[in-house]
Amino acid sequence: MIKVQNLRKTFGPKVAVNGISFNVDKGEVLGFLGPNGAGKSTTMRMVTGFIPPTAGKITVGSFDIIEKPLEAKRLIGYLPENAPSYTDMTVHGFLSFCAEIRGLRGDAKKKAVSRAVEMCFLENVLYQSVETLSKGYRHRTCFAQSIIHDPEVLILDEPTDGLDPNQKHEIRTLIKRMGEKKAIIFSTHILEEVDAVCSRAIIIDRGQIVANGTPEELRSKSQSSGAVTVSVQGSSSTLVAQQVGQLSLARKVSIVSETNGRAVVRVTASEPSPDHDLARSIADLARKEGWKLEELHTEEGRLDEVFRSITRSDVKEVK
Amino acid sequence: MNNSIGNISAIAKRELKGFFASPVAYVFIVIFLLLSGFFTFMAGFFFERGQASLKPFFDWHPWIYLFLVPAVGMRLWSEERRLGTMELLLTMPITTWQAIVGKFLASWLFLGLALFLTFPIICTVNYLGTPDNGVIFCGYVGSLMVSGAYLAITSMTSAMTRNQVISFIISVVICLFLILVGFPPVTNFLINVLRAKSGVVETITSFSIITHFDGFQKGILDMRDIVFFLSVIVFSLFSTGVIIRSHRAG
Ligand SMILES: Nc1ncnc2c1ncn2[C@@H]1O[C@H](COP(=O)(O)OP(=O)(O)OP(=O)(O)O)[C@@H](O)[C@H]1O
Ligand SMILES: [Mg+2]
Repeated sequence: MIKVQNLRKTFGPKVAVNGISFNVDKGEVLGFLGPNGAGKSTTMRMVTGFIPPTAGKITVGSFDIIEKPLEAKRLIGYLPENAPSYTDMTVHGFLSFCAEIRGLRGDAKKKAVSRAVEMCFLENVLYQSVETLSKGYRHRTCFAQSIIHDPEVLILDEPTDGLDPNQKHEIRTLIKRMGEKKAIIFSTHILEEVDAVCSRAIIIDRGQIVANGTPEELRSKSQSSGAVTVSVQGSSSTLVAQQVGQLSLARKVSIVSETNGRAVVRVTASEPSPDHDLARSIADLARKEGWKLEELHTEEGRLDEVFRSITRSDVKEVK
Repeated sequence: MNNSIGNISAIAKRELKGFFASPVAYVFIVIFLLLSGFFTFMAGFFFERGQASLKPFFDWHPWIYLFLVPAVGMRLWSEERRLGTMELLLTMPITTWQAIVGKFLASWLFLGLALFLTFPIICTVNYLGTPDNGVIFCGYVGSLMVSGAYLAITSMTSAMTRNQVISFIISVVICLFLILVGFPPVTNFLINVLRAKSGVVETITSFSIITHFDGFQKGILDMRDIVFFLSVIVFSLFSTGVIIRSHRAG
């Protein structure tokens, strides 16, 4: 549904987006991650046709956003960063206006508004002026606007920003559910959201894509990915550590604790592998040595670790 | 085509609702009526003239509008930029010119409504004497043209900045300039003191709101005057579009 090729955007001498390419198909939820100022919002603004790219090509559905902007925009629902809305209107007035601009009239308009209101839990504030809404409700009002015409493509810039934990959960569930039938791009700084909703994630740093894959693939790039924790009853921890250290797959062994005759040892894998090879070989070893194995756990790797290790823009600039 | 009319009317409707949801509309109407009444009767010697004509009423319009129209129009685009709703509006399936025209028409309609509310003065002159109602009609058309031209200029200045005060000041200055180039004291100054050639003076005064408004006040619907006002409006709205586009390009 969305095809982006070699997208570039410069503001004067500043390069905000530098050669980004990706595709999003129907039924996919693509997460945009990246540090502040990486170029996530700028990319989204270009995809939605708000700012023209300096170079590159964007197709939404089968329409080029530059050559056929109206047709492309009709397919898109967009929640901009900071969720702007007309403060002098009521929630209902605002949503009706958005529906009208989307070409909905009469009954279709009414239905669309009440559907969006229901999906975003806005019944309580329907006739309240947007100006007097709390931040979370404003955010939900603008979110409702983006789904009012049931678009095929949804572009959401930090959709859960400012929501309470319950609402965060509701909106995530909603995005995930809608993602089955739509092509969705959303940006976030909350890494758990990637696991909860995305089918794929892209990490952007200084205008470039530095990682692209499913959440599992990204996690396996982490240092701790594939590390195994072993706890054994009734053996000395140094012995266990020494024996395990001789396995070919083990890179580094460290003793975590030894209490009440229970030795806990952590082993990092020499190469990240999600296939639990290391754990299996440790199990074999334990059987051979007659250890009383209590726990054997392979770590999946952590997204925040991956995120930190590949987006070091700030750190590098300081050096 | 149908589509664009629908879009324009949706935008215009929202804009009008916005006017009446805020005190701007009521304050404007009251002040406009008060000022036009004051200038007509006190400063224009409406009764003392002893003529059944609305000349003293219309004479002041370019000056009253000078401050009131920029006050109405200054928020058109600067508010949109300040709130960030421009991003919403321009990612909707509408063209930029539909948004510009919709907003402009809504505000113009509002100014027309305020002007319409001065109708008691027509009743008054008709009660007191027998005025030429054709001339009065032309005067109203001319007044509407002046407010339209000011409004389009304000639309342009409000697209330049997210600060409403700046947009107000710049549009007042531009409109004042358009008045002054045809204002008798200024033209006299050009002729007597600067010894400007009459051809030059004529060219300069042909840009003036006053010169073109005069024709309407005399009851003449001259094509050239209408074209002048319409071209000021079209040019300013076109510039609004160019300015908005250049902002988006970064
Ligand atoms: N209109 C503009 N003029 C100049 N520079 C801009 C403009 N818009 C964005 N930038 C710059 O482009 C870069 C990317 O900004 P962008 O808003 O896309 O970041 P982001 O990834 O969305 O960050 P955040 O996580 O903080 O939302 C930033 O360095 C920003 O300063
Ligand atoms: Mg952003």
